[in-house]
Amino acid sequence: MKPILKLEEVVKTYGDHVAVDHVSFEVNKGAIFGLLGPNGAGKTSIIRIITTITRADSGQVYLNGEKLGSRHPNTIGYMPEERGLYRKMKVGDHLIYLARLKGLSKTDAKTAIDYWLEKFEITHWWNKKVEELSKGMQQKIQFIATVVHNPQILILDEPFSGLDPINTNLIKSEILRMKHAGTSIIFSTHRMEQVEEICEHIALIDQGKNVLEGQVANIKQQFKENLFEIHYEGQPVLPERAGLQVVSNEGGRLIIQLEDDRASNQILQELLKQSIYIHSFREILPSLNEIFIRQVETDKRS
Amino acid sequence: MEKLFLIIKREYLTRVKKRSFILTTILTPLAFALFFLVVGFIFSYESDDVKRVAILDEAGILESGGVSNERNLVFIPEEKSLEELRQNLESLEYDGILRIPPITNLYAKSYTIFYYSEKPPTLDVETLISSKINKRIEAYKIQELQLDVAQLEALDSKVSINPEPLDENGEDSSQFTGAIGAAIGSFMGIIMYMTVFIYGMMVMRSVMEEKTNRIVEVMISSVRPFQLMLGKIIGVGAVGLTQIAIWAVLIPTLGFLVTLIFGIDTSGMQGMQNMGSGAAQAIDPEDAANMAQQILLAMGELNWGMILVLFLFYFLGGFFLYSSLFAAVGSAMSDDLGESQALTLPITIPVLIAFYIMFAAVQSPNSSLAIWASIFPLFSPIVMPARLAFQPPVWEVALSMGVLIATCILFVWISSRIYRVGILMYGKKVTLRTLGKWIFYKD
Repeated sequence: MKPILKLEEVVKTYGDHVAVDHVSFEVNKGAIFGLLGPNGAGKTSIIRIITTITRADSGQVYLNGEKLGSRHPNTIGYMPEERGLYRKMKVGDHLIYLARLKGLSKTDAKTAIDYWLEKFEITHWWNKKVEELSKGMQQKIQFIATVVHNPQILILDEPFSGLDPINTNLIKSEILRMKHAGTSIIFSTHRMEQVEEICEHIALIDQGKNVLEGQVANIKQQFKENLFEIHYEGQPVLPERAGLQVVSNEGGRLIIQLEDDRASNQILQELLKQSIYIHSFREILPSLNEIFIRQVETDKRS
Repeated sequence: MEKLFLIIKREYLTRVKKRSFILTTILTPLAFALFFLVVGFIFSYESDDVKRVAILDEAGILESGGVSNERNLVFIPEEKSLEELRQNLESLEYDGILRIPPITNLYAKSYTIFYYSEKPPTLDVETLISSKINKRIEAYKIQELQLDVAQLEALDSKVSINPEPLDENGEDSSQFTGAIGAAIGSFMGIIMYMTVFIYGMMVMRSVMEEKTNRIVEVMISSVRPFQLMLGKIIGVGAVGLTQIAIWAVLIPTLGFLVTLIFGIDTSGMQGMQNMGSGAAQAIDPEDAANMAQQILLAMGELNWGMILVLFLFYFLGGFFLYSSLFAAVGSAMSDDLGESQALTLPITIPVLIAFYIMFAAVQSPNSSLAIWASIFPLFSPIVMPARLAFQPPVWEVALSMGVLIATCILFVWISSRIYRVGILMYGKKVTLRTLGKWIFYKD
């Protein structure tokens, strides 16, 4: 598949500080891409380059195969982590203003906004001032402002921070719906559990560098430690063999580590022969959180 | 371009539609009108109770003619003795007794007359009586000394200077040109000064709000920071022009209406003059009309079209120059007030200096201070308008305009360099040095 966004050796420095250090990655069309990293790693700097807010010192960014230029902001929807609206403006006027700045005509803007307000069942907010809305309500408006021009790429920086569970779900399902409709989404966060839920592909940024990149499933395979968990009843006897180590065994929960993960079938077979009852047998894959911490730690040491 | 226009439109409309804008724009002229109304009323105010004053003319100066009554002051010559009058003051319905002792020395410069009453006379009554008696004494002296009235009147003459150009074909300016130039000049200078502060500060606050509000990052993912800044400056500038235009129409109209409806004109003003100069004679109405005519003539001689165009030019120039600086500073600010003051100070100081130079320039519009200050771009928007009525040489105006345009472009550019970095910079203590560094940051 042709990538919609491609970064090549992008570098950005602020004074002596290297914020982005030769970062490359690709985002596929219709994919949800997780841009991960601890605070201050350089995620926002990368996003600002993609959104054309700043320019890279060196390296290239391609959007749809074209070099990033001044007409591209209209095809990007960006919701920054720190977000805000003009407090004194009316919701309707505000949305029209932001939509028109993205190149929509007045009538197109109106149609699109009506669609979204109806979808969220908030059409009666049109004449309300932004400052009259609660924080959660403002977040909805902010989200509409981000997607109103139907962008090809949607960049969300910590989109769920400050959202209540109901709004989180609402926005999440909208994100997934847009993904299925072909929108590519870059999702920047340091909250790993959200990434595992919705991202297929990630890049881990640390100290300005892209330290890890790939399919979530592949990365998990790459970082797994061949741990297996067995829930059982009875007295299992593990076969004596090289490369098998018991990590823990208490309360009917046995965790073993194998040198060769292919050996797991044989072990299960032998256990099944014994007069014990096996509830479950599963491979323990590391969570992204663990991988993230491990990677950042090793990065620090090196 | 279209985006810039959208930004200008929003910046303009949100401000013009604000209730506070509508109120200040309409209420300020109303407040002026009310002020003049009250002042007029105060000066035209007279106590409504009529005072009856008995005059004991021991000097006999009233034989040639009595003392004319005033609206609230009635003079009645009395033959009774002072003692009698004093004892029967109430039954005779007098408020006071005026005794003029005999005049023994016709060459004396000062005379004392006596006023007997329960309460001492008020200031206006006192000045009125002394001026009336003074006139009578004058007439008495002329008669007694047998002076020639026509000769005496010939002594009362005035000298006024009428400036003439050296070159015979040069423009003849009336004697009032200097005064009118100074009045128009300082008026324009003050408007410029207020504009720079009020609207420049408005730009700064608005930039700061966008930054602390965090809307700015959303905005600059759609438009270039330069567009956002320029749109804001142009939008606020248009608001300023709108307000000044409305005032330019509303204030004279209201002033005219107030005069028309309430008739506060010369009578009130004359009261003011009487109060101010004590017994001085009121201005001869013929003189006043003559002066008004001359002033109108002198004002007619000014090239108003040129002055207005240039004023508009300097208004825009000064506004762009200073508000771009204010925008740059606003982008660097956080909520910390002390810090923001340290940053605005370097902008406000030149404005203040220019303001004082402006007053000096009005006094002597062709001094080298005035000339150079009206070319130096930080001062020229305030100083040059003050000199316009004095017809400064063309080359000076042209040079001043050229320098101002070039500086505006330079300052807008520099400010936009600072602005684009500043709006995304949070939680950093900013000094003038850091601002300087930001100019050279890469995009």
